[in-house]
Amino acid sequence: MLTIAGRTFRSRLFGGTGKFSSSRVMKEALDASGCEMVTVALRRIDLDNPEDDIMSVLDRKKYLFLPNTSGARDADEAIRLARLARASGGGDWLKLEVTPDPRTLLPDPVETLKATEILVKEGFIVLPYMNADPILALRLQDAGAAAVMPLGSPIGTNQGIMTAFQIEIIINQARVPVVVDAGLGAPSHAAQAMEMGADAVLVNTAIAVAGDPVRIARAFAMAVEAGRDAFEAGLGEKRVDASASSPETGLDFLR
Amino acid sequence: MFTIPDFADLQLLIKGCSAADVEQALHNEKSDIHDLAALLSPAAEAFLPQLAARSAAITVRRFGRTIQIYAPLYLSSFCTNRCAYCGFSAENKIERRVLSIDEAMHEAEILHSRGFEHILLVSGEAPGKLGVEYLEEIASKLRPRFAAISIEVQPLDEDEYARLFKAGITSVAVYQETYDRKIYDQVHLSGKKCDFDYRLATPSRVAAAGMREVGIGALLGLSDWRLEGLALGLHLAWLRKHYWRTALTVSFPRLRPAEGDFQPLVKVGEAQLSQLIFALRIFDPDVGLLLSTREEARYRDGMIGLGPTRYSAGSCTAPGGYGDAEISGEQFSVGDHRSMQEVCSDICHKGYDPVRKDWDATFQEN
Repeated sequence: MLTIAGRTFRSRLFGGTGKFSSSRVMKEALDASGCEMVTVALRRIDLDNPEDDIMSVLDRKKYLFLPNTSGARDADEAIRLARLARASGGGDWLKLEVTPDPRTLLPDPVETLKATEILVKEGFIVLPYMNADPILALRLQDAGAAAVMPLGSPIGTNQGIMTAFQIEIIINQARVPVVVDAGLGAPSHAAQAMEMGADAVLVNTAIAVAGDPVRIARAFAMAVEAGRDAFEAGLGEKRVDASASSPETGLDFLR
Repeated sequence: MFTIPDFADLQLLIKGCSAADVEQALHNEKSDIHDLAALLSPAAEAFLPQLAARSAAITVRRFGRTIQIYAPLYLSSFCTNRCAYCGFSAENKIERRVLSIDEAMHEAEILHSRGFEHILLVSGEAPGKLGVEYLEEIASKLRPRFAAISIEVQPLDEDEYARLFKAGITSVAVYQETYDRKIYDQVHLSGKKCDFDYRLATPSRVAAAGMREVGIGALLGLSDWRLEGLALGLHLAWLRKHYWRTALTVSFPRLRPAEGDFQPLVKVGEAQLSQLIFALRIFDPDVGLLLSTREEARYRDGMIGLGPTRYSAGSCTAPGGYGDAEISGEQFSVGDHRSMQEVCSDICHKGYDPVRKDWDATFQEN
């Protein structure tokens, strides 16, 4: 089972709450995905309002809320949001997003590291969204991040794992769980991340904007399980030339 | 500094665009200014359904099934400019008012009680009546009540924008009205607004001051809408290069009946407006696109999901008009008279989520 900061998760699929056509569809899709952790943009919700459209439909006993700081341009803004979220009952868990470029929404490595260092000291359980930079992953881990969340490709692009080479290094090196986040557009992308040995994946856009979000959520859940099973079972090694499944290597000269 | 080519030169980009150019532009993964020209060209008219489909696909991927909702709050109808097309033009004999801070707060409370979280403060250009101090005061008072505050007022200097950002205003809309310098000079008869270049440089000052978002736009009905579209594309691309931290939006105000006897200089129908919106969406997948209550309910409902990402709702364009429905002196008459609840419920019916809160005042220090 997956453990992050002492908490165990049966599902290795994490969900998101953005871009859905309604909170009803969002709830149904998340329920179908079987996920136990969902990220929620602090900019979108009103933590003080019990009737907030996102917060009110999701059962907090069933889902661990992972508030995110999307929209923050620097460490100061992210830290301010995090503190306010905690003060309003948002808890200690935090998906740290520092994305100064509103176009690509790529994470700022310098500000993300800075914010992680400060927030960890303040007792937050920090899961930073990061570019797939292996050294940055180590630095974040050393700063006390509870997991690292490298991107497969930029948020919302559905391009899949364009950063596979670096993500493999991150997985090989990391002591903390690696959650591949952003850019996973199809269940096969999620399965690929899991086969590579990622501890979990986070999928939002691909589920929210699909023709049938509930069905695609189930498909992602199955893909994540399949990928994890394959990883744990041990995949055959890749090789360049063909290899017959019943070898007929000519050894009949042996006596 | 951003400069805009003469419209006669822009025309050369569009002239000669063929159906093959349009098809190419529709299939390219990224579009450049030549693709935009093709998508805006007369040759693209036959491809309007294809443009719509491409625009819709890009929009849903980037923005999801959501439409952001906001309301304008008109603060003042005083204006020192004479603009031929505008109801607030200095020479028009209308009842003018500037809301006191208390009156403005009263109007804001009404909008808040109707469920609005994003408010756009609007005024004519009369710095003597409504200046930076006024905006600072009102922003600091609105901040605890609203998630996001935008302004659409006279162009200001960079240090003034920086002050307003500190006070809690995060987004500024300033429309060039027309990028066609000749027409610009014809319709801006007197006042500070006659300075085309100062206005053109305003979005840069907004971005340089650290604002989160800058909105640009052209008033449709003054010059060739295809060339305005091309100019908007050039302006967007320039702003993206120079101010990568700033989010951008484009608005498409079509001239509406207003006080005075001005008639649009060119006709822009719904098909043309749609082509312009689709073309800009394909050109810039990340830009926020606004469709205000200038347009009729039928058209706005039809456009849900096809490109626009932000709708105003329940708007009144006269200062004080929310508290007193009888009040006169509006900037223009709106085309969509539905309440915010009605607009939202129609958006839901189309399978989209009307998002009222998509920002938080706590992003900024108090």
